[in-house]
Amino acid sequence: MSTTAPPREVAGAAAAAGTARRRRRSGPVGAPAIWFAVPAMAIYAFIVLYPSLAGAFYAFTDWTGIGSFKWVGLENFKSLFSDEQSLGALRNTILLTVFIVIVQNAVGLALAIGVHTRIKSRYVLRTIFFAPAVLSSIVIAFLWKYMFNPQPDAGINALLGFFGLDFLQQNWLGDPSVALWAIGLTVVWQFAGYSMVIFLAALQGIPKELEEAAAIDGAGRYARFRHIVLPLIAPAMTINLTLSTIGGLKLFDQVFAITGGGPGYSTETLSTLIYKQAFVFGQYGYSTAVALVLAILVSALALVQMRYLQSREVTY
Amino acid sequence: MLGRRYRPQTFGLELLMIGVGLLFLYPIYVLVNLSFKNPQEISEASLSLPSTLETSNYSQAWSGASLGAAMVNSTIITALSLVALIAVGSFASYYLARAKSRLSYGMYILFLLGIILPFQLALVPLYKVMKDTGLLGSYASMILFYTGLQMPFTIFLYTGFLRALPREYGEAALVDGATHLQSFTRITFPLLRPITGTVIILNAVFVWNDFVTPLVYLGGTPNETIPVVVYQFVGQYVSNWGYIFAAVVLASLPILVVFLLLQRYVIKGFASGLKG
Repeated sequence: MSTTAPPREVAGAAAAAGTARRRRRSGPVGAPAIWFAVPAMAIYAFIVLYPSLAGAFYAFTDWTGIGSFKWVGLENFKSLFSDEQSLGALRNTILLTVFIVIVQNAVGLALAIGVHTRIKSRYVLRTIFFAPAVLSSIVIAFLWKYMFNPQPDAGINALLGFFGLDFLQQNWLGDPSVALWAIGLTVVWQFAGYSMVIFLAALQGIPKELEEAAAIDGAGRYARFRHIVLPLIAPAMTINLTLSTIGGLKLFDQVFAITGGGPGYSTETLSTLIYKQAFVFGQYGYSTAVALVLAILVSALALVQMRYLQSREVTY
Repeated sequence: MLGRRYRPQTFGLELLMIGVGLLFLYPIYVLVNLSFKNPQEISEASLSLPSTLETSNYSQAWSGASLGAAMVNSTIITALSLVALIAVGSFASYYLARAKSRLSYGMYILFLLGIILPFQLALVPLYKVMKDTGLLGSYASMILFYTGLQMPFTIFLYTGFLRALPREYGEAALVDGATHLQSFTRITFPLLRPITGTVIILNAVFVWNDFVTPLVYLGGTPNETIPVVVYQFVGQYVSNWGYIFAAVVLASLPILVVFLLLQRYVIKGFASGLKG
């Protein structure tokens, strides 16, 4: 199709802007055919699109996986929003997400600032802080299940005792008011290093001259951080807040392995509820209704957050 | 932020950060320490080092959890999923980045939707589909699953990179009479190497560590992956922490070693990948 094209392409780069734009739009050569994208779309449709649509449909039925099912309208959602266990799961999911978003990013930012200095241990520390993020969540969760041992001379309690903080020792996983935060702590330990590397990349992108100029103009350390560093790492903040929000809302492995939702239902989250309703109780219809609520929650929050945070980003 | 020279206050910060580092390492110390202790010593729950190295924990964990077979399963599933994601994903992105039509834009948006959509919604219906098609329990079910699930993210990375890549290289070949297929495979794809590295790292870590789908699809078959066998093993030896921690150490070693060897690339991939 292009064998007869004249050799004007050689001069393409030097061509006038108008020519370049026209060339870009139509091109001397046609665009690739759609079949390049067909295999990807077929697999994606089979694995994600069709089952998600089916899930949204089953949410309005009493499907149990076997035999026939019938349309029950909003029945599943009515019981979801009136059942103490489901409401608790919704509440726990939101509380846990808020905890993770705030603590993980605060710790991540502090670590990034700490290693973005001239300290000699910065490379080793960066590796140590990030390493847990590449490990399996379920495997990490078993380690932390032991760390939350109620015995005063084991795990976290032993560490608190070592620092003379005996009064902070807890029956971490046995106390319904503490167990959720214990899971949050596990997630923070695992992923604070992940937030750190994203913040660190942003910090390394700040021109040194900018901070030095501000320092010469008399800006103190706090003023420089507040008015130069913070605005310039806003894109990293957007990425980190969005990632940790989505991760927190979908959290499953850690809850499943550490408490299984207990004691009672005190650490049940939407994800563990979806799993249990489907694979333990066989209530597929109800399970997909919970999943639909989660999907709406995640999509809405992620979009709102990205919009809002992006509107606050600046470029100098 | 502390300037260009190493000052006394830099030393203070150094000590503080090392302290924080030790705090982060504390669970790892507990893990490795207990994995070498016998049940008697573990029940005493002290932080002291084991009096004798109880290596039988490791042999029990290795054989009891069939970790060797699980590592083979995890490796096969991860490797083949990556090959499929790279081949199919880069191919599709070439169309999405180069074709300027409504259709290509619409498809791109449809793919991006998959990044946000939580998989939980598809979990049960897809399980049913896999069961009905007889794929449940096979490597194929998992490879197909990861290829579809991670396709949006892979396409997001490739398309972003392709849009920033000067198109003149590929077009030169097209002008000389090459087809798009030839131009892509011989010229453009090799130029994608940096982003292919990121695609490999981010997807490999995800697939290798994924838990709930392999548990549901592969549980009870000989094809179980590492996270699943560790989970089953823990269920069997509920509070024998020596066994459990030996299994945790063995299960974590492969990816930890790979991470330490390639850490520059891994950290770079995680830090930059999401910006596209």
